[in-house]
Amino acid sequence: MLYREAGDFKTSYSLDNQTFPLKLDRIVFYLTLAVAFLVVPLVINDYWASAILVPFLIYAIAAIGLNILTGYCGQVSLGTGGFMAVGAYACYKLMTAFPDVSILLHIVGAGFVTMVVCTVFGLPSLRIKGFYLAVATLAAQFFLVWLFNKVPWFYNNNASGQISAPERTVFGVPLTGPNTEAWAMYLVCLTFCVASAFIARNLTRGSLGRRWMAIRDMDIAAEIIGVNPLTAKLSAFALSGFFVGISGALFFSVYLGAAEVGESFGIDKSFLVLFMIIIGGLGSIFGCFAGAAFLVVLPVVLKFIGVDILGWAPDLVAHLRLVIVGGLIMFFLIKEPHGLAQLWRVMKEKLRLWPFPH
Amino acid sequence: MPASLLYGVEVLINGLMAGVLYALVALGFVLIYKASGIFNYAQGVMALFAAMTLSGIMEGDIPFSHLINAMFGTQLHSFGWNVPAIAAILLTVVVMALLAWLVQRLVFRHLVGQEPIILFMATIGLAYFLEGIGDLMWGSEIRTLDLALPQGASLAIENATAVLGGDDFYGFFIDKLDVVATMVAAILVAALIAFSQYTKYGRAMRAVADDHQAALSVGISLNFIWVLVWTLAGIVALVAGIMWGAKSGVQFSLSLIALKALPVLMLGGFTSIPGAIVGGLIIGMGEQLFEYTIGGPFLGGATENWFAYMLALVVLIFRPQGLFGERIIERV
Amino acid sequence: MMNAVADTQASSVGYTTADGRDIGEVILDLRNITLRFGGVEAIKDISFDIQEGEIRAIIGPNGAGKSSMLNVISGFYVPQEGEVWFRGKPRPPLKPYQVAQQGIARTFQNIALFEGMSVLDNVMTGRLGKMRRGILAQALWVGPARKEEVHNREAVERIIDFLEIQAIRKTPVSRLPYGLKKRVELARALAAEPNLLLLDEPMAGMNVEEKEDMSRFILDVNDEFGTTIALIEHDMGVVMDLSDRVVVMDYGRKIGDGTPDVVRNDQVVIDAYLGVSHD
Repeated sequence: MLYREAGDFKTSYSLDNQTFPLKLDRIVFYLTLAVAFLVVPLVINDYWASAILVPFLIYAIAAIGLNILTGYCGQVSLGTGGFMAVGAYACYKLMTAFPDVSILLHIVGAGFVTMVVCTVFGLPSLRIKGFYLAVATLAAQFFLVWLFNKVPWFYNNNASGQISAPERTVFGVPLTGPNTEAWAMYLVCLTFCVASAFIARNLTRGSLGRRWMAIRDMDIAAEIIGVNPLTAKLSAFALSGFFVGISGALFFSVYLGAAEVGESFGIDKSFLVLFMIIIGGLGSIFGCFAGAAFLVVLPVVLKFIGVDILGWAPDLVAHLRLVIVGGLIMFFLIKEPHGLAQLWRVMKEKLRLWPFPH
Repeated sequence: MPASLLYGVEVLINGLMAGVLYALVALGFVLIYKASGIFNYAQGVMALFAAMTLSGIMEGDIPFSHLINAMFGTQLHSFGWNVPAIAAILLTVVVMALLAWLVQRLVFRHLVGQEPIILFMATIGLAYFLEGIGDLMWGSEIRTLDLALPQGASLAIENATAVLGGDDFYGFFIDKLDVVATMVAAILVAALIAFSQYTKYGRAMRAVADDHQAALSVGISLNFIWVLVWTLAGIVALVAGIMWGAKSGVQFSLSLIALKALPVLMLGGFTSIPGAIVGGLIIGMGEQLFEYTIGGPFLGGATENWFAYMLALVVLIFRPQGLFGERIIERV
Repeated sequence: MMNAVADTQASSVGYTTADGRDIGEVILDLRNITLRFGGVEAIKDISFDIQEGEIRAIIGPNGAGKSSMLNVISGFYVPQEGEVWFRGKPRPPLKPYQVAQQGIARTFQNIALFEGMSVLDNVMTGRLGKMRRGILAQALWVGPARKEEVHNREAVERIIDFLEIQAIRKTPVSRLPYGLKKRVELARALAAEPNLLLLDEPMAGMNVEEKEDMSRFILDVNDEFGTTIALIEHDMGVVMDLSDRVVVMDYGRKIGDGTPDVVRNDQVVIDAYLGVSHD
């Protein structure tokens, strides 16, 4: 039988606790990974890489980061754009200060720098809750953008005020700079993305994840049963910052190549990533991918239909996009506050019982 | 008095005027939050939308003309008439009331009882939606709003105060529009307070703010009250939009003042109308003064981008309930 | 400095109950606790102790300050006056999570489960104090972290068996009926393997059968694990049957303390519950 637990016996608690309890799910998952790593790089072209796949992977990492903080630990952050900027500028400074060190290490290093910054801005969460905290994170967003604009050290005093990524190679293959090929860009992002998802999944199913969720669901009760709110909240901020920082570093160095802080990492980015996890599903790693895919693909599709097929003006289509995205957010919150991930879960549940309705 | 100090006072007064506008937007937040517990992020976009609608109606533009033209290949732009300001304002109020009804009917009625943070996120969605609709209806180019409000420096004030300083001081430079804005804001606040204290609906509004269940049990229609507060918030947004629009044109940046209203609320508390006003004034003055004394000379300027948030953050760390809120006693 | 009302068995050496269980030394001793909220005194100069292995009930009319008392014990409220002695030493003002780490677990009057998680995850949160693997090991899900998870899962499964909630293991808590939620909350508290278990109205809102089940679980917990239990309850029948000693509170004061028989016949307690004519 397809898609059944029958015959797939769990004989230990660790088997019972795995990510994909169903055999078919596991097969599909490994097949997807194999295709993503082995087939896609062979057939990918510039358009697919730069319009869809690379931004999708990078936003998925950012969404994982924000979802740890907001979806799992319940601390709403509107500072994602600012933290991505920290990742980007940290990566730029590391790249230019240590040109001989591998770019991969710089990206991870940028993650650690962002981790520290994010933890510092997480400190108020010990006193401030709910909306108040959400607004307080705006302080991070605006302050960081202002800082990277005003202090020339961050952009190495260059006249344009922009940062641009010099060429860096791994095994002789350029990963940054103008000569980067689509498949290389894609593969490096894919690797970081899969690693991030793996780590995030493990953290969220273990004891740390339970601490976060306990704080999210009822912080006072969590503290009384023994969760230290200080370490739980700050660890969520730290790990969230780590992933968001990596996504910011990739976004700047591999994807954009050059960035201006207000334009690339403004408040819009904060909202975009927040929308991804709302639409995808708060507290779900799968949701991060679903939400990122949805909001990356939607504008491309709308532009394709509106501009290329109907021949409408691009700004008209852009306005329609705002209406559709805003409308969808409200629609999702009304119909399914748990997002695409929940729809997917319900669908799988139905499939498991098919053809019986209950 | 030395001239630099006097210029500092001038900066303070101008900050006060900016604060009035923040307070106006914050007032819209407070109205909705008190009655329904919804933290309406879209308040700023409502101000933008209201100003766009007002300008569009006055100039006789056809709503959605770009979309219609694109869909049917027509060349519609304008009805070819100009609507007088008063009539246009009344029409805009009707539009805002309609919007309030739609928002309540289509969105928030289905979200009753949801967690506050879900409601907040829904209003972010609403903000995007409204921004898009506004652009679709009236186009996205910067619009002017010509209501013949007095503008430019007030010579009377300048001349009257010139004597305060020495030769380096030419009197306070204060925009007449700011003076008008302050007066309008004061009238609006007085009217709102009178409405909520002395009318039947005002009392019902306060009852709902106090206790939903109790209000329901004495026969107040929650739905009606919610539409009412959204309408009032729409009117407040219109006033804020007119003032800001007259000052710097009707454009997207207008919706960003909504963001400034957030720290105002954090200082003043989400439920207090006087708190919103005092908070607005503090933020308005504080950011101008900080820019004038520290930000501009030592930090490279543009500190008003973040000063308000940082101030609110610091205050909240020491007083998590805001400046005017009551102490929070947590229970299990 | 003892309270005016006599502590009938205020010996620190222990005693033997009517059904033959040996009660040990004092584990928790509350001395002259006073708690104020602004101008309101919720608890006025209350002293009583809890001895190892006993079931201690706190009763009293609504608003008597019983829940506040539990909140003082779990460190959620810090009393303005008085001391909490734990295992023979005065306890400094601790944060609630530190109190939990000392082996004091509790349930809540209005169920405080984590609604977004499954029953299993909720009960697993009870073990958080015992899970110490670092972030790195958890992130990579390598040997030690995985072993720790499985080890704790086994302990939790024993509790789940004990409380007979195997069938709902993977159900989200938000879908459970009230009675089962109460049981899951008890499971979460038990998972911490506490020395002292505080139960805030464990049987409120239950029907007779559910109450019988819950009483059985409480007695079994005390009997099998030797857990000391302090509970607040309104159902007098249940209190008199279950508990070894009873504290009676009224308007924030202690008005009685002793075995169920003593308390039942105390004139002050009877007046507080049935009312008294003032003439």
